[in-house]
Amino acid sequence: MGTRTIPIHQAGSSGKSAAFEYLSTRKDELVGWARKFSLFPYPFVTACCAMEFMAVSSSPYDTDRFGAALPRFSPRQSDLLMVVGTVTHKQAPILLKVYEQMCEPKWVMAFGVCATSGGFYQNYAALPGIDKVIPVDIYIPGCPPRPEMVIDGIMQLQDKIARAEHLIVNKEF
Amino acid sequence: MGTKVFDRIKARLPAGDGEACVSHGVLVANLAPGAVETAARSLKTEFGFDVFLDVTAVDWLGQEPRFEVVWHFYSTAHKVRVRLKARVAESNPAVASLTPLYGSAAFMERECHDMYGIVFEGNADLRPILLYEGFVGHPLRKDYPKDREQPLVPYRDWVAAERGGS
Repeated sequence: MGTRTIPIHQAGSSGKSAAFEYLSTRKDELVGWARKFSLFPYPFVTACCAMEFMAVSSSPYDTDRFGAALPRFSPRQSDLLMVVGTVTHKQAPILLKVYEQMCEPKWVMAFGVCATSGGFYQNYAALPGIDKVIPVDIYIPGCPPRPEMVIDGIMQLQDKIARAEHLIVNKEF
Repeated sequence: MGTKVFDRIKARLPAGDGEACVSHGVLVANLAPGAVETAARSLKTEFGFDVFLDVTAVDWLGQEPRFEVVWHFYSTAHKVRVRLKARVAESNPAVASLTPLYGSAAFMERECHDMYGIVFEGNADLRPILLYEGFVGHPLRKDYPKDREQPLVPYRDWVAAERGGS
């Protein structure tokens, strides 16, 4: 009774390999594919939507599946700014500073109606939508949004990233 | 027990605008603005009202005097509340600060100054506490427009284009 062994090919020994060694693709597709699965969010959490953010980012819904979960509490290490909750005029300078400290490429998500449009606030204190001061890529309505809506928003943002043009070399270069 | 204390307080309070009455278990007294500090001192020293709950204001737009400043006190010994009210005019919306009696009054008076423009004479620090430096007006006054915006960060270009075009 002989022992069966699985033959192991030394890389380069035969000159042939089962795995492909070359791949041809478009640069934007490759970079977009890499970027859409490595979103590091910075949670700018100001109000009650925070509870929903916790729900969506913890195990039952688990945004980590999308490569979009590990919150980085430094804007310099993150590329998705999640604005979760009402932003007041008094907080707007802080939000702008956080946004400006993020490195390119960066995306912004307005989480909930308050961040989207001010929601039901129309008064002296509330900023009527964060897109008045910073550009926003994806809006998620709801007060608060369901976790499914947030996941849908993340997936739409990933589609947007995948379809976008990704400049490797800076425009000013 | 509460009513006995209330009777003693009523006897001690200066005669103001109408007699003090009990409303929903709270003793309510309308006073002249100048009498509030004395009344609060006697509440604290004689009747054991050791907690300063809040000071706020009501804007009776169209009436004269326009503003009604409202103070709430609580006694942990008697377990009762007292509300003092005083009317001040828009031309001189000033009352005495209660910070010498209650240190906790300082922030609440700052908030009331933010929102209604009531001047608390004797409070050395009436800088904005909930609002920001440079905010014009007092937002909880009834004549403050509800859609007036005073942004600290200039809005992006599209906002002006959209609003101007509509």
